[in-house]
Amino acid sequence: MASLNVRAALLSVSFLILMLGLWELSTQPPAAQEAITEYELLMGVAGQESRVPPPSAVMKVAWTELSNPFYDAGANDKGIGIQLAYSVYRVLTGYLAAMAIALPLGFLIGMSPLMYKALNPYIQVLRPISPLAWMPLALFIIQDSDASAIFVIFICSIWPMLLNTAFGVANVRQDWVNVARTHELNPFKTAITVILPAAAPTILTGMRISIGIAWLVIVAAEMLVGGTGIGYYVWNEWNNLDLASVIFSILMIGVVGMLLDLALGKAQKLVEYKE
Amino acid sequence: MSKSFLEVDGLSKVYPDGQGGDLTVFEDVRFALEKGEFVCIIGHSGCGKSTILNVLAGLDEASSGNVVMNGKEVKGPGLERGVVFQNYSLLPWKTSLNNIVFAVKARWPKWSKDKVREHSERYLKMVGLDHALNRKPSQLSGGMRQRVSIARAFATQPELLLLDEPFGALDALTRGVIQDELVKIWEETRQTVFMITHDVDEAILLSDRIFLMSNGPNARIAESVKVNLPHPRSRATIFQNPAHHKIRDYLVDFLVNRSGSAQPEEDGSPIVIDPSAGDAAPKPVPAKPDTKTETAARAVNA
Ligand SMILES: Nc1ncnc2c1ncn2[C@@H]1O[C@H](COP(=O)(O)OP(=O)(O)OP(=O)(O)O)[C@@H](O)[C@H]1O
Ligand SMILES: [Mg+2]
Repeated sequence: MASLNVRAALLSVSFLILMLGLWELSTQPPAAQEAITEYELLMGVAGQESRVPPPSAVMKVAWTELSNPFYDAGANDKGIGIQLAYSVYRVLTGYLAAMAIALPLGFLIGMSPLMYKALNPYIQVLRPISPLAWMPLALFIIQDSDASAIFVIFICSIWPMLLNTAFGVANVRQDWVNVARTHELNPFKTAITVILPAAAPTILTGMRISIGIAWLVIVAAEMLVGGTGIGYYVWNEWNNLDLASVIFSILMIGVVGMLLDLALGKAQKLVEYKE
Repeated sequence: MSKSFLEVDGLSKVYPDGQGGDLTVFEDVRFALEKGEFVCIIGHSGCGKSTILNVLAGLDEASSGNVVMNGKEVKGPGLERGVVFQNYSLLPWKTSLNNIVFAVKARWPKWSKDKVREHSERYLKMVGLDHALNRKPSQLSGGMRQRVSIARAFATQPELLLLDEPFGALDALTRGVIQDELVKIWEETRQTVFMITHDVDEAILLSDRIFLMSNGPNARIAESVKVNLPHPRSRATIFQNPAHHKIRDYLVDFLVNRSGSAQPEEDGSPIVIDPSAGDAAPKPVPAKPDTKTETAARAVNA
């Protein structure tokens, strides 16, 4: 009997082949080209475009795109690598800015019941707001579409980090805090050498949730602000009715999102500890 | 009274009883410790032993009374008082060596890296864990963890060592082994130790004196029993000394029959008893009903 991993991999591959096969079959062009109805003509949808492209077409797009991902032929024609890089850059900038605020503030809230009580109402009101709802206000105040997209990422990734940091810090075992106290550590040293490592797994959980949300949101934000980025790219290809490119970029969004999550998952492993 | 190393005076602790009133856990607790003494405190569960120890550690505050060590009032925790907690309280993300390094660095911030490491390793060796330097607490057995915790406390060479039921969570075999180790370390270092235990034999093996605490609420440290047995002691031979039986019988009698009614001297200090010299129990004061017989029986069997 093969190991569980090998069997799972075999099964995965068979599912993939089965799915691609069904997809390919169901998207074959009709054997006899029927006359295009007047309605279809009116809608401007000719036979070729009215079908979802088969996987072979998507793979063709993938091949050409991935063999030269960083070409730049003007505003509306950039390689997928460049578009993804723009999105990742925005996500990381907004995310790091959120981190710079959420971690210290989370520490403060977690260590001080007074701060927790004082700030909690604001957090509870601000947190459920869809990040995209901030977009018009951001555009108006910042007057720059790129910075506005970054701001939206900032605002959506701050909450999970803030709440998890505060929760993690507030729930550090009193025993460990007492160890710091009996060794006369000052508050700063206590925060760095005891509370931070003790709360790190919870904080990293928040950071992992945040990066996931940020990656979800950037696509929508870039569809709104346009110009560059993978979200804009998807929307642009849809306007070009290039469905194969749309499907390809959807897959790429998934892959990059997975890589971001994987990276945070690795970091989480590093700070984990068993009691 | 001449100045002792540690003086505890009129200590009491009051909690709200949850019905609008007050619950005095213990009151007017007074005692003194001399430098180099090993003192155990025994009493029924809930009488306030841990609270007293935490007040000495500076982790808890008494409702009234004060603690003076070396002529200075104890306010808040400090490195001159080391604590071994019942649940070890090792930092789980650090290896056993680094748990000790953490404490040693806090105690002597100016020491070089090498010196800190060498000192820490020496104390780990003392508890027989030099083979487990790089293991995290989760990879150690309960007994090994408590050894690390003891090594950590001894490594900072505090003037007063506070141990709250350090072996409470260990099985009898492991407990015996670590007790022997503690005896050995103590003979070497002659630290001043204040320790809580539920185990009568453990208390006799380790202490110079044993404080007996009456039942709460309004518990007191009623008696101070001298353990007149020669050092160095060992678990294997201590039973052969006839004084051992007298002390043991005295303690068990207190826990089973007298802990409900025992009272200290008029002035609040514990009555000094030396069972090995034939001292009998002081005359009972009119007794409160004793409801703690079950726990007493457990303490005896332990
Ligand atoms: N926060 C609190 N509020 C109210 N009562 C408390 C509180 N903490 C402790 N107590 C009471 O104080 C008493 C003493 O507690 P303590 O932990 O010192 O007992 P102990 O002698 O160490 O018991 P054990 O042998 O079981 O460890 C208990 O009766 C407990 O109910
Ligand atoms: Mg206790």
